[in-house]
Parts: sequence; C-alpha cells; structure tokens
Amino acid sequence: MSATDVSNRTATDSPASYDLPRTVRFGSLLLVVAALVVFPLVFTNPTITSVGVFAMIYLLAVSGWNIFSGYSGYIALGHALFFGIGQYSSAMLTSRFKIPAGWDLFALLPVAGAIAGLAAVPIGWMLLRVRKHTFIVLTIAVMFIFQLLAFNLRSWTGGSQGMQLPFPTWSGAYFNEPFYYIGLLAAAIALVTSWWVRRSKFGLGLLAIRDDEDRARSLGVRTTRTKLVAFAISAVFVGAAGAIYAPFIGSVFPQFAFDPSFDLALAVMAFTGGLGTLIGPALGALVIGSLQQYFLLQFGGANVFLIVYGLLFVLILRLLPQGIVPSIAARWRQWVTYRARNTPSTGVPPDSAPDVGRPFDVVLNQGGSA
Amino acid sequence: MSVLTVEEVRKSYGGVQALRGCTMAFAEGAVNGLIGPNGSGKTTLFNVMTGYERPDAGRVLLRGRDMTQATPDAVFAAGVGRTFQLTRIFPRLTVLENVHVAAQRRGLLGQLRRWTSGAEHERALEALDFVGLTRLSREPAGSLSYGQQKLLEFAFIMVASPSVMLLDEPAGGVNPTLLRHLAGRIKALNAQGVTFVIVEHDMEFVMGICDQVSVMHNGAALMEGSPEKVRSDPAVLDAYLGTDVSAAEA
Repeated sequence: MSATDVSNRTATDSPASYDLPRTVRFGSLLLVVAALVVFPLVFTNPTITSVGVFAMIYLLAVSGWNIFSGYSGYIALGHALFFGIGQYSSAMLTSRFKIPAGWDLFALLPVAGAIAGLAAVPIGWMLLRVRKHTFIVLTIAVMFIFQLLAFNLRSWTGGSQGMQLPFPTWSGAYFNEPFYYIGLLAAAIALVTSWWVRRSKFGLGLLAIRDDEDRARSLGVRTTRTKLVAFAISAVFVGAAGAIYAPFIGSVFPQFAFDPSFDLALAVMAFTGGLGTLIGPALGALVIGSLQQYFLLQFGGANVFLIVYGLLFVLILRLLPQGIVPSIAARWRQWVTYRARNTPSTGVPPDSAPDVGRPFDVVLNQGGSA
Repeated sequence: MSVLTVEEVRKSYGGVQALRGCTMAFAEGAVNGLIGPNGSGKTTLFNVMTGYERPDAGRVLLRGRDMTQATPDAVFAAGVGRTFQLTRIFPRLTVLENVHVAAQRRGLLGQLRRWTSGAEHERALEALDFVGLTRLSREPAGSLSYGQQKLLEFAFIMVASPSVMLLDEPAGGVNPTLLRHLAGRIKALNAQGVTFVIVEHDMEFVMGICDQVSVMHNGAALMEGSPEKVRSDPAVLDAYLGTDVSAAEA
C-alpha cells in the first residue's frame, strides 16, 4: 500500500479529535502567562510575593522532576539531592569566587544546574539498574548519604554551621521580585523542555519505558541511555531551583538542603496535578506550593500545612485518583465521544471511553522486576 | 533454505526441562506453523529464538549467523519481530504512539525530532491502515478489545519491516471476523516475502494458513511436513491431538 492510499482514507476512517481548538489553547496559555507576569505587580505585599517566589521554585523543580519521573514512571524520591547540590554550588561559588551579590547571583543558575546534571550521570548510572520500589528506596538512601557528606565535609560545606550567602544588593523594597521573575523564567524553560521532550521521539521512548520497559527495549528503544538522559535533565532543573532558593533564603544547611520533605512535596504536587502530564505537575506546584508557604507564614513552624497536605491528598485520591488534569481530560474525552455518538458520520469509534489509568497503580505496576 | 535454525537447544527451569535438545529449521519465505500440546516448549523456543531466554546449550542461527547470545533488541534489529501469547502493548500510549515505538530512530539528532516526523510516520499510518485500526489511532491502546490489541501488536512489529515475524498464539481470544482479517494480513505480507513462524492451538487456522508445520513434544521436535502430512501422522495424533483429530479440531 502506498502513502497515497493512506491519504485517501475516507472520512469515517478518520481518528477522533479530542484537542481543544488552537485559539482556545493559545488564548489560555497567554492568559496564564500574563497572570503570572503581572502577579507581583498587582500583589505587592512582601508576604504574598514571597509565597510567589516559593511557588516559582516549586514550579521549576517539579516541572524538571516530571521530565524524568512523570514520563518514565520511575518515581524518584531523592531529588532533594540535586536541590541541595544546587544550593551548595551557589553558596560555594559565591564565596570562593567572591561573586558580588547583585544580579550576578543569577548567572550561577545555569552553572549550578549543570553541576547537578553532571552529578546525576554517575548517580543515575548506578540507581537506574533497579526498578520500582527498590529504585524509590535507593534514591532516598543516596539523598541521605549526601546529607551526611554535607554534615561531615566541614572544610567545604561548613558542616552543621552551614554556609551564608551575601545579602542581595538591590533595594529591600522589591527584594522578592527579582527572585520571582528569575524563577518564572527558569520554570518557563523547564516547561518548554518538558513540552519538547513529550513530543519528541526521545519522550516517546520514555513513555514506552513507563508502560513496559522490557518490551520497549526489545523494540529498539535504548532504555538505559534514555532514562539516564532524562534523569540528568531533571537534575539540571532541580539544581537550578536550589540555586534560586539558596540566595533567597541567604543560608544553606545540610538538613534543609537535603530535605526529604522536599521530595515528598514534589511527588504530592505531581500526583495531585497529574503525573506525566505537561501542565498537571505545574498546576500542583502552583496550588500546593502556594498553600504550603501561606500556611507556614500564617502558622509558623506548626506544620499545619502537613495536615492540609494529608487532607488534600485523601480528597484527590477519592475524587480524582488520576490527578486533576488527567481526570478533567478523561471527562472531556468522554464528552467528545458522547457528542460524536449522537452526531452521525464523525468516525469516532464506539466504546472508546478512554481509561488513562490511575497513576498510583501505574507506579507500583511497572513492568519488569526490581 | 531455512531462515531460522535451532540446533540441539536445551533449556531447564530448575528441575523442569523445557527444551531437550530441540533441533528445527524454518523455511525462508514460508508461513511455518509450530504446534504441540501445552508444555511442549513452543513458547520457550520462541523466547530462545528472540533473545528473551538464553539456552543452556545449543545454537540459534538466523540465515547462518549465530544469534544464540543476542539480546531481544539485537534480534529485533536483525529483522526478527515477535508478538506475545498475552499481548504486550503500551496501554497508556495511543494506538499511533504504540506503532511509533518500534520505529524509533537510533541517532541522537533523530531522537530530538518530533515523534510524528520522518518517513516512519507514513509507515506507521500505513501499518495501522493495513490492520484496520486507523480510526482508533488516537485512542489509548489499553481501551482496545483483546483482538484489536493483537492486531495492534502485529502492526507495531510490522512497522519495523522485519523479514521474519514470530506470532505466539495470534488466534487466542480473537473473534472469527478479526481472525479472518488477521489471516488475510499474514498472507498479504507473506506474498511480499515476509517469513512467518506461528505458534497456534487453533488447528483450523494453522492448517488453513501454513505451508509447513513443525510439531513439538516434550521439548523436542517430533516431526515436520505439510499440513496434510502432519494432520494424518499417527505419532502427532497420539502426542498432540489425542486419539481423535476431529475432536481436537472441534
């Protein structure tokens, strides 16, 4: 059969289209970008802009994390390791090279990201030999090893005394805004990268690994290389997030740089929004990241946000087990199918209501063995 | 001339000997059937031939080239595609994405391109058209019926243009209409030069489509020959079909 035959298919052979009109998609994107850009100009209260900075840091980190864990199905609960490497890189480079605490601080972002990405290569090479629960446990273990190193390599890290970063030189009247906009720019780059990965042949290989790694390998997908590259890309963005966080906070301590609750936060945000989707984790980061900081600022160290986390997680599990974005997408597809059934000659197949799967099941039921 | 040959292949799992010095050859350009009772070692032989299992002893040859230690991806790259008894598709990917997985580019630059780009996209669309799944191309593969999943697996092997296709129980769980469709597709591809090796319990399907049939029993080759010869051989009737061939066919 020739390509011409393919293009000559009849209308009833055409696949169903579930895409929103291009103008709606483009318009929504513009609206969201505009809202994020003007946010600190509208809400000038430093408490609110500080919440915005944290939201951007989480948006950047979770979008990077999703490129590996969301697309490949390998749930990494040790990416705080790269967050910490990003923070220490920023602190060490600032102090050793006497970098002035102006805008130069942000020039360190790509450097810190690159250091985290390079560190991810040997770490990923070791960790990615195992799968499922074993992989999850090992990622946590390696993160704690780095925390111990940070405590004990005192001449490099300052040990439990931590490291101080210089106070930014710009006016305190708009202290938060530069961090916010740099975070937004970096997060936008992470999201564009994630979008590109999702539509590339490389990304398709990652998604195939998520569904059945052995089968993907048998069909010619270079699974080890694909996973390792995605792991390193995700580390770059999480490391860059650390390099924004450190100068914003002004200090780096081992227990906060390599913090397991950061990993839980990333996972909860991604699961809530929709693991493995482009905008799901971003949505989760904006909602949960903001809520977390708001509750922390309102109630101090009482960890009220942990209770809210738990409640939110239970609610999502009960009501939207696939996460917010996939659940809405599934409803949308059901509606399109329903509408098509009642409109003759659209070519939409019967009984095609999609089941996009429950991410929580998918995580624990990846193919292959540990 | 034989395309795939196994020589004295042995494979054990603990105390169970799945293959006991199995020697077999499958003819190039033919539709070869591989039958035998449950537990006779057919699927194990498929696993050994496609690199999913390493034999304890013996050799696997693809057109004379030793493939005994080859991995599944190397066997696939050498032009041998394989489907499974229980379909192994990618359920959360769309039907079209499934077909594209087997058409992955190897070079770094190729990996950076959009997954629907390149000549392989046309091949993927053609493969879907060939098995009649075009209108379902944007559906998640997991939402297809079992028979459709069999066709999809067939399509995503096909897109890599293999010279040999190994089908493990393609008729299992497939309704008669789809089965006729599948048989037609196999014949069409065979006419283009693709060699088939088919493991199947559906005797009507095997006898109707195969040029040559090999019979396995207790992990070794029992006999091979034309469908008519196999159908009437007393040893086959005794080992595989029991005492009454018509009862087995029913």
